[in-house]
Amino acid sequence: MNIALLTSEIAVVILALLIIIFDLLLPRQETRRSLGAFAVCGLLGILVYTFSQYGISATVYHGFFVVDTFALFFKQLFIVATILTLLFSLDYVEKMTRNAGEFYALLLLGLVGMMVMASATDLLTLFIGLELMTIVFYVLVGFDLKSVKSSEAGIKYAILGSASSAVFLYGVSWIYGFTGNIMLSQIAEHITASPAVLFGMGLMIAGFCFKLSIVPFHMWAPDVYEGAPIPVTAMLAMASKAAGFAIMLRVFFVAFSNLQMYWLPIISVLAGLSMVVGIVGAIWQKNTKRMLAYSSIAQAGYILSGFLAANPAGIKGMLVYAALYMFANVGAFAVTIAVYNQCGSDEIEDLSGLSQKSPLLALVMTVSLMSMAGLPPMAGFVGKMYIFMAIADNGYLWLAILGLVMSMISVYYYILVVRAMYGKTVKDQQIFTMSGSLRIVALLSLIATLFIGIYPAPLATLANAAAMALW
Amino acid sequence: MVHFPLLTTILLTPIWGILVLSIMPRDADKMIKMIAAVTMAIALGLTLYAYWAYDVSLGGLQYVEHVPWIEELGVAYSLGVDGISLPLLLLTMLVGFSTVFVSWNINKRSKEFFIQLLLLIVGAIGTFVSQDLFIFLLFYELGIVPTYIMMLVWGSAERVSREYAAMKLTIYLLLGSAFMLAGVIALYVNAFPAGMRTFSMQALAQAHILGNLSEPVQIIVFFLLLLGFGSTLSMWPFYSWAPDGYAAAPTGVSMLHAGVLKKVGGYGLIRIGLLILPLGVKFWAPFIAAFAVVNVLYAAFVALAQKDLKYIIGYSSISHMGYILMGFAALNVISIDGAIANMFAHGIMSALFFAMIGLVYDKTKTRQVPELGGLAHQMPRVATGFMLAGMSSLGLPGLAGFIPEFTTFVGAFKVYPLYTFIAISGIVFTAVYILRMLANVLFGPRREEFDTCRDASGAELVSLILLGTVLVVFGFFPQILIGMINSSVEPIMATLMGGAF
Repeated sequence: MNIALLTSEIAVVILALLIIIFDLLLPRQETRRSLGAFAVCGLLGILVYTFSQYGISATVYHGFFVVDTFALFFKQLFIVATILTLLFSLDYVEKMTRNAGEFYALLLLGLVGMMVMASATDLLTLFIGLELMTIVFYVLVGFDLKSVKSSEAGIKYAILGSASSAVFLYGVSWIYGFTGNIMLSQIAEHITASPAVLFGMGLMIAGFCFKLSIVPFHMWAPDVYEGAPIPVTAMLAMASKAAGFAIMLRVFFVAFSNLQMYWLPIISVLAGLSMVVGIVGAIWQKNTKRMLAYSSIAQAGYILSGFLAANPAGIKGMLVYAALYMFANVGAFAVTIAVYNQCGSDEIEDLSGLSQKSPLLALVMTVSLMSMAGLPPMAGFVGKMYIFMAIADNGYLWLAILGLVMSMISVYYYILVVRAMYGKTVKDQQIFTMSGSLRIVALLSLIATLFIGIYPAPLATLANAAAMALW
Repeated sequence: MVHFPLLTTILLTPIWGILVLSIMPRDADKMIKMIAAVTMAIALGLTLYAYWAYDVSLGGLQYVEHVPWIEELGVAYSLGVDGISLPLLLLTMLVGFSTVFVSWNINKRSKEFFIQLLLLIVGAIGTFVSQDLFIFLLFYELGIVPTYIMMLVWGSAERVSREYAAMKLTIYLLLGSAFMLAGVIALYVNAFPAGMRTFSMQALAQAHILGNLSEPVQIIVFFLLLLGFGSTLSMWPFYSWAPDGYAAAPTGVSMLHAGVLKKVGGYGLIRIGLLILPLGVKFWAPFIAAFAVVNVLYAAFVALAQKDLKYIIGYSSISHMGYILMGFAALNVISIDGAIANMFAHGIMSALFFAMIGLVYDKTKTRQVPELGGLAHQMPRVATGFMLAGMSSLGLPGLAGFIPEFTTFVGAFKVYPLYTFIAISGIVFTAVYILRMLANVLFGPRREEFDTCRDASGAELVSLILLGTVLVVFGFFPQILIGMINSSVEPIMATLMGGAF
């Protein structure tokens, strides 16, 4: 048994425990900022280590846990997302809570959950990873004890999330009952299109779609996104969503690939609905986080539509999109946090005149939002092209047209943010300050978004290698 | 000098300008303007050299550059110009260079303004020089967000609010381009089997000859493209963003949009539509011709009823797009020559118009025709510019507008005699609203209230002299333009005549 395959997960757990211990040992009045910096350094080390795992394709624990290029791609995505989130939220966390140590430790444990999800090859491990991640998020969403909204969001998320987990588990039990297996590859061998199996699969789709906030299982997202502390919202939008896609991809293309004719039509409708409802919902929002929540519903729809290609090209598109969506989100949330630190609220109105106070942040926000909208030459355009070309090839041109039209409509509400930043006058004459780490993250997301948009070849190669691992 | 990457240099010069501008301090107002001017002067100079050095007798694509970019998708950084794109590239530079000087008086947040102005120009350059559809798309929408911001911050609103006009322009153009993107995806997927796919425009043009693109596919794809490029070109019924947009935009942006960016639509119809999807074009050509007639007449009638100078020219430019569409729809060498030449001539002419309107508005603080009059007394130079643009607009021989329109009609008459006849009658209405406008604004008794208005001088003269000279030179020597265009259109049409038409 090659336990070394679990090194990166174990390392993250140790890092989390160290942070809890340090938190206890540090004198009460000393700032907890250092703990965040410590977590970032540790994660950077782990990120570097994961590169040494490239080319491995091995399993451990009787094949329950796999390390392959696909898992690795997602793990690196999660680690990078966590690092960037930690970097831009140091100030915010310091202001929000005195228990910063716990906050960082929990975030890392959530990361472990995601990493387990990426590597899971059976329904049980997958569920354990999923629950580890979601339970941590239940806590994190309600972490801001001073805010009623945050507590409300925490409770809401916990209740709805547990219900959806139950539905998911019920679906798993049907699948297990009729195939006699929990290993994905074994299920694929024994699966037949009996009504019971289809029922189980339907329940699992509902469970997944809840985690991914796909319409009609999206109701929780706007409230939770708005109420949660901003770093948690960012992690929910980029990392937890990507993790959901990781397991969904594995389950559907490994275990259920023989049932494609049943799930493709369902997924196409769900994806189309998400795009439409997400974008129509976002138009009316006044709060930046709530707008990003609706936009994330639409984005999940775009990524989900990649399933319809049912080939590595489509999955490659999904992976590319997940990565560039992360960078776009990092940019948008970094700016939101910077503005929040300044004026203590996160309405779109608060961004007024940002282009005068901080041209860099205004540019980062514009580029990030336009990347989400899919305007060239930002990265989002390339991602959409990858996905839509793949699905058009498989006969879903109508969904590609719908997606493109909806993404152009989405420019409407993104550009309202741009209008606030560039068109409105500054409300107060305060000098705008931000921490160095936030500035670095903002710049990084800007460069990454433009680079991927203009020269996507390196990322596409990585994603392609990852997608091929499923075949 | 054989391997000197001329087009890349032309493309990178404004980008370099943007980078330099972005590190300038915000209050270095004059420095910023001078950097923008120098950047555009270099780019214009290089383009003039390219135009001069282009070998007309050889024709076809020249200054070709090719670097593989995204190999798995078949994307290459592939640049090149031929007789179709080179005049439009020159147009971009001429208008772009003028806009810098037209915007010389902008003092509010000038750094942001000039960065975004250069971005608009980069977008236009990129679309005209790229020979790869993917690279074309990267540049196609580059100008949208900067346009929005520029209209919002530096625009002027009279009839509709700036927010409204800017949002209308953005949404119209983007929705159009959504369909265009869908068309491109459908084209890409159908042209070649998986593994051999490519975005190269040359290779895609071969797909039809190889018989990979069936007629129904071409018809659907071209329809999607027509929705996109048609709205860029303000084809009826997708035109209503244009007058409001031009009216609310700052002068420089109106010039670029009416003069250059609109032509990207026409260019796309020819480069991607005609060359790659000849059967689709053939199917839709009669409809386009009908739309073209509506464009010419409807917009001319609406222009007759306008009082705001910018709206008159806005509708006039929509009306002129009808001639271009008519030339395109007739699908023969002469008419397409005329259409492309008209894109160039109209670009220069409308840019000059908007520049002059900008000057008048700057000095008199009004754009309403009834409130103006007798300006030739106080501003003879502005009046000259107005006259040049107006005469070119109604197709006076000796100015750049005449030969293209004449050629278009000659070419189109053989194919659509009735439509062409109606369209020619549109010239009468054009003459009515142009002459009436010129008479009411420039001539008549001297008005005391404008005595304090100074005539154009200094930087304001640059656009007048440059664009006016171009109108006259290309009017007297149309061969510089038509010869260049014909050298490329003729071989292309010869190939198509053999097959599709």
